[in-house]
Amino acid sequence: MQLIPCPWCGPREEVEFHYGGQAHLSYPTDPAALSDADWAEYVFYRDNPAGPFPERWQHSAGCRRWFNAVRDTRTYEFQAGHRAEDDRQVIP
Amino acid sequence: MAPTSDAVAPGSRLPEHPDFLWNNPEPARGYDVLVVGGGGHGLATAYHLARTQGVSNVAVLEKGWLAGGNMARNTTIIRSNYLWDESARIYEHALTLWENLENELDYPVLFDQRGVLNLAHSLQDVRDSVRRVNANRLNGIDAEWLEPAEVKDVCPILNVSPDIRYPVLGASYQPRAGIAKHDHVAWGYARAAAGLGVDLIQNCEVTGIRTSGGRVTGVRTTRGDIAAGKVALCAAGHSSVLAGMVGLRLPVASHPLQAMVSELLEPVHPTVVMSNAVHVYVSQAHKGELVLGAGIDSYNGYGQRGSFHVIERQLTAALELFPIFARAHLLRTWAGIVDVSPDASPIIGRTPIAGLYLNCGWGTGGFKVTPGLGDCFAHTVARDEPHPFVEPFGLERFTTGALVDEHGAAAVAH
Ligand SMILES: Cc1cc2nc3c(=O)[nH]c(=O)nc-3n(C[C@H](O)[C@H](O)[C@H](O)COP(=O)(O)OP(=O)(O)OC[C@H]3O[C@@H](n4cnc5c(N)ncnc54)[C@H](O)[C@@H]3O)c2cc1C
Ligand SMILES: [Zn+2]
Repeated sequence: MQLIPCPWCGPREEVEFHYGGQAHLSYPTDPAALSDADWAEYVFYRDNPAGPFPERWQHSAGCRRWFNAVRDTRTYEFQAGHRAEDDRQVIP
Repeated sequence: MAPTSDAVAPGSRLPEHPDFLWNNPEPARGYDVLVVGGGGHGLATAYHLARTQGVSNVAVLEKGWLAGGNMARNTTIIRSNYLWDESARIYEHALTLWENLENELDYPVLFDQRGVLNLAHSLQDVRDSVRRVNANRLNGIDAEWLEPAEVKDVCPILNVSPDIRYPVLGASYQPRAGIAKHDHVAWGYARAAAGLGVDLIQNCEVTGIRTSGGRVTGVRTTRGDIAAGKVALCAAGHSSVLAGMVGLRLPVASHPLQAMVSELLEPVHPTVVMSNAVHVYVSQAHKGELVLGAGIDSYNGYGQRGSFHVIERQLTAALELFPIFARAHLLRTWAGIVDVSPDASPIIGRTPIAGLYLNCGWGTGGFKVTPGLGDCFAHTVARDEPHPFVEPFGLERFTTGALVDEHGAAAVAH
């Protein structure tokens, strides 16, 4: 089973986590100004790269906190925040 | 398990393994149409371009080997009992073509109409299933609602006891549904397309799409540049990567989807059983293996492997429903990469780039549509105009809001 590095609790089994999809998306600052195409982008379109992907995870069966991580979608390896010497770092 | 005396020996209907069905030509400098992806969809589209649309200067470009992607990884379930009219039309069109495919291709595809049961485990499941049965009938699709005892008649090895964790409260049943042998479907289309003059080019990865003045002019590949008047994408889970080559974003996410097979068994399972709620679907392959499908992994992935806990959950459900499987040995597990769209319906049609056509977003359930998609997508590409059956599935629906929400009838169960 894949170990996922929680920045607060350290590496824990995949089943303890909840996946939150792409990271760094924010609600439109001026919603009334958005066109239908802009809304489609916001609601339905996400990046889907074969490679490094910034995403959100929640350690739902542990500390219950959300964090961001960069994971390679080809190897499933967590690239950022997986530092043995500093497992408390909040992943960029 | 006790041998059944009147049963046909497992595997006895399987044809010989083919050793020569198509050539491996060198790519020419240019084609009228390039089809990217040599899975079932790409091969069926190429076949229909040549056979139905009279466009035979066509090549299929496949980065690996023909049908080595999801085509060879799926659990081969074929049915047309979707909820909405738009879906009913394309899936039922495909089912009608499946019923004559062996004749059409002059090749055994082993389409076996052994019926499909979609189980209901809660009151809401029951209501949704009955609604879908009614919708199917209004669309002329065979569908029945079965009570638990009737479900047991169709599939005697199923546990319909009321005291299991997710009891079977009934099922929708489509008798004309079934399975086919996916490799043979691919080989049949490949042989027929090659016979009509289509070049099938393996080990040829598309690495770029060339455009000029908003129009496609060809592709870059690991075997050199190839010019083309039109490019038709049939790359399933990798569609975002290809569309990204021309800066086109797609509303799909690629996820691993797993399946597995047991050792060979005597014939024990007469139909196909699917359950959305507990997420397992099981049939018995022509040779005798139990074929079991799981749910998708929650995260995006291109790695062609999935999480162990998904298999664990699925086998737990399978054993409750089929106690007889408890001592079967699992032979192998694998995953394919499926592209899931927001409304669990496919995305097909023209793109903002002239001459570039999209066929993706079939997610976990695109094998069943192979003949119908081939017919309708070839029409769309050849005439630069969506076939009426695929028109509702254009990219623009995410802006207009005219979604075809098939989560209940499609979502991971096939
Ligand atoms: C485990 C599993 C179970 C499934 N079960 C069912 C089921 O029971 N019923 C059902 O209806 N559907 C099922 N599906 C879904 C079905 O397999 C797919 O929807 C369908 O196969 C997609 O179309 P295709 O066959 O053309 O895709 P594929 O066979 O995946 O074809 C796409 C091809 O494109 C190639 N390609 C990708 N990128 C490039 C490139 N850059 N250059 C050249 N070639 C490229 C790939 O190598 C691949 O061969 C299942 C899928 C999986 C993974
Ligand atoms: Zn934690």
